[in-house]
Amino acid sequence: MVRIRNCSDLEGLRRTIVEGRDQKKPCIAVCSGTGCQAYECEKVTEAFLSELERNKLKKRVDVRRTGCRGFCQRGPITVVYPEGIFYQRVRSEDAKEIVFETILNKRIVDRLLYTDPSSGQKFVYEKDVPFYNKQIRILLGNNAFVDATKIEDYIAIGGYSALAKVLSEMKPEQVIDVIKRSGLRGRGGAGFPTADKWESCKRARGDVKYVICNADEGDPGAYMNRSLLEGNPHSIIEGMIIGAYAIGSNEGYVYVRHEYPLAVKNLTIALGQAKEYGFLGKDILGTSFGFDVKIRRGGGAFVCGESTALMASIEGKVGEPRAKYVHTTEKGLWNRPSNLNNVETWANVPLIILKGRDWFSGIGTKKSKGTKIFSLVGKINNTGLVEVPMGITLREIIYDIGGGIPDGKEFKAVQTGGPSGGCIPEKLLSLPVDFEKLTEVGSMMGSGGMIVMDESTCMVDVAKYFLNFLLEESCGKCAPCREGIKRMLEITTDISSGRGDAEGLKLLEELATVVKDFSLCGLGQTASNPVLSTVHYFRDEYEAHLNGKCPAGVCKALIEYFIHEDKCNGCGLCRKNCPQNAITGEPKKPHAIVSEKCIKCGICHESCKFEAIAIT
Amino acid sequence: MVNLIIDGVKVQAEEDTTILEVARFYGIDIPALCYHEDLSPYGACRLCTVEIEEKGRKRLVASCLYPVKEGLRVRTHTARVVNGRRMILELLLARCPNSKTLQDMASKTGLQRIRFKPEDNDCILCGLCVRMCAEQMRSGALGFIGRGDTREVVTPFREKSEVCRSCGACMYICPAMELQCRGIASSRDLCNSCLVISPQCLEKYDQVMCYVESCGGCTGIDKIGKGGK
Repeated sequence: MVRIRNCSDLEGLRRTIVEGRDQKKPCIAVCSGTGCQAYECEKVTEAFLSELERNKLKKRVDVRRTGCRGFCQRGPITVVYPEGIFYQRVRSEDAKEIVFETILNKRIVDRLLYTDPSSGQKFVYEKDVPFYNKQIRILLGNNAFVDATKIEDYIAIGGYSALAKVLSEMKPEQVIDVIKRSGLRGRGGAGFPTADKWESCKRARGDVKYVICNADEGDPGAYMNRSLLEGNPHSIIEGMIIGAYAIGSNEGYVYVRHEYPLAVKNLTIALGQAKEYGFLGKDILGTSFGFDVKIRRGGGAFVCGESTALMASIEGKVGEPRAKYVHTTEKGLWNRPSNLNNVETWANVPLIILKGRDWFSGIGTKKSKGTKIFSLVGKINNTGLVEVPMGITLREIIYDIGGGIPDGKEFKAVQTGGPSGGCIPEKLLSLPVDFEKLTEVGSMMGSGGMIVMDESTCMVDVAKYFLNFLLEESCGKCAPCREGIKRMLEITTDISSGRGDAEGLKLLEELATVVKDFSLCGLGQTASNPVLSTVHYFRDEYEAHLNGKCPAGVCKALIEYFIHEDKCNGCGLCRKNCPQNAITGEPKKPHAIVSEKCIKCGICHESCKFEAIAIT
Repeated sequence: MVNLIIDGVKVQAEEDTTILEVARFYGIDIPALCYHEDLSPYGACRLCTVEIEEKGRKRLVASCLYPVKEGLRVRTHTARVVNGRRMILELLLARCPNSKTLQDMASKTGLQRIRFKPEDNDCILCGLCVRMCAEQMRSGALGFIGRGDTREVVTPFREKSEVCRSCGACMYICPAMELQCRGIASSRDLCNSCLVISPQCLEKYDQVMCYVESCGGCTGIDKIGKGGK
């Protein structure tokens, strides 16, 4: 491997890589992101390899494992180049047909194309699929062209040329100026202007400064950062090197969850390759600037995503936050100036340098620029990662991209911003998504979790779920967060089990406000959001619980299962499945539930094929 | 020197001091549980929270940690602050109903009744013992384990630590180690007695002793708000 000493070296290498590749050579790109891994994409890849071997095509066709393509609902996704034919739900059995039909005979395998469930229309190319055509995938899009373990792939698509540009043409101040004018704000949740943070870290007194990448993504159901790290780690490394140059730092850390083994693996490989090519280490690209990155693995504490707790954890101490009245940009890691940014923020940096601040600020709203990746999960047809321009409405994300709610059910709420976010009701679906607008309605951007809920979701139960999560994940240091969350959970549990009263609901609101105002760190200060937003927008549901009813039929203490005599044909399936033997009845005659024995597990409800079992 | 305003009073303070230190120097009482002047500030009990105004922006900060700044306006007892403190004390009293320190503090804020289900705990997790051991005794025989509501103060592996010299400093500084409040009838009660009596026992002893067996000096004194004799 040659060490890159200057811009022309890099340009030469890029040309060699690109020219060495036959653009017309067929390539089968199998998505190897987190979602597709669960669908056994590795077996699919193996099947393609052995199929090509069998047909003696191994030298004429490439097989590439790519990063996450986002449409996880339809995985494993396989795209055949150069045409770019988009196949979904590909199983290992399909490999034979794809190789025979598409590779050898240039025919499309119709049954593996994406079919729009509402119109029945089939789509051949990724860009036409409704899930993709409203997205602007400046970050995630590159995942499709890159094998994360090959730096050459990243260089081929223009990787590290932003770094070359910065080191050869720009002063650190100019870099900060470009980022400032682009309007980039932190993607970790709070939306703090990135350039301001860099600037104050640069200004801070101290010889040793650190740049850190926060990859401690812990929100339930969120995996945006994971997919970037697994799919395109070099983009994050490049962003960090540029940031380090601007700030004047020679040492960096990536704090990544231990639960992300593939991310750690790919990142380790990427760091090694970047070092070999001379993008990391001493005298980067022939300049006197040197920078190195180390990986620190987190033990899985949600609170370690908070900047001061994260830094304590890197230092080897217990991951507990401290007050930030002296900013971490002045006294952070080992009491030295430290600049922490989220994975997605770092990944944006090289793009802004390369394509210009105006390109970036051209996307988005007045105060929130660029795109944002959301992890769209819950009761939604198209589960997956979506990258949308700031300012897109929630309705567009949920209905146009997400494809609406499955099984013809009604939309109820969308929860943004992870466990500390709020639930947004139907009437606010036209809300443009940006940092300010989401905060105004009592939620937040967070790092990009988006959980869709339908009519079968009970909002008290949702509040309870998030409080439970936060109680476990609170570090327990400060009293309002530790004791407050515990008591909020206690009150919501009372409400959901029919023991609540109006006084308790009032106390819940009062308590939630104090926890928000008095807690030490961001976790506690936002822990009330799920409570406050559900009480605010769904007060009727709380009140129904006080009157002994759970409208969504979720809270076990408030519901009863019963069998419609006219619908039950006595098939006996529910009776066989009931773990409590709580269902009686003779064959072919209507059955009945003995309510004293019933534990309300709902198995009978799920197993009945005639919709004869209902909930009151 | 730094000029700032605390509760409308113009005061001067040395740089690198905190709001709490300055306020206490000037005789303004800000309650705190996890603060001790000889230990590093911790910011965990949040009772010392005050409202500050900087560049026209109001916000709540922990005064034990917030460094004084030129032109800072501090208000130590706004409604928002006092209500929050009262709620935190209610939460802590629900955890440790018999703590005398908590009982006395809560009475001062006018807390009437504890609305949460009472637990039977002694430790309020202020961390004074942990810091005392590490900072003053240079030992480190104590620490926190667990997260969220499973957090507790223990020695390593719950055994007597090798570095413990049995100096007793942790017991000395612990607000929960003192004799407990005996004035409450139920664990949701507020006691208040210590604040309202003018006990005869003071003639005999140099401290109010109503929290030990009654000396009889406080008999006939009603609780909350009705004053002394």
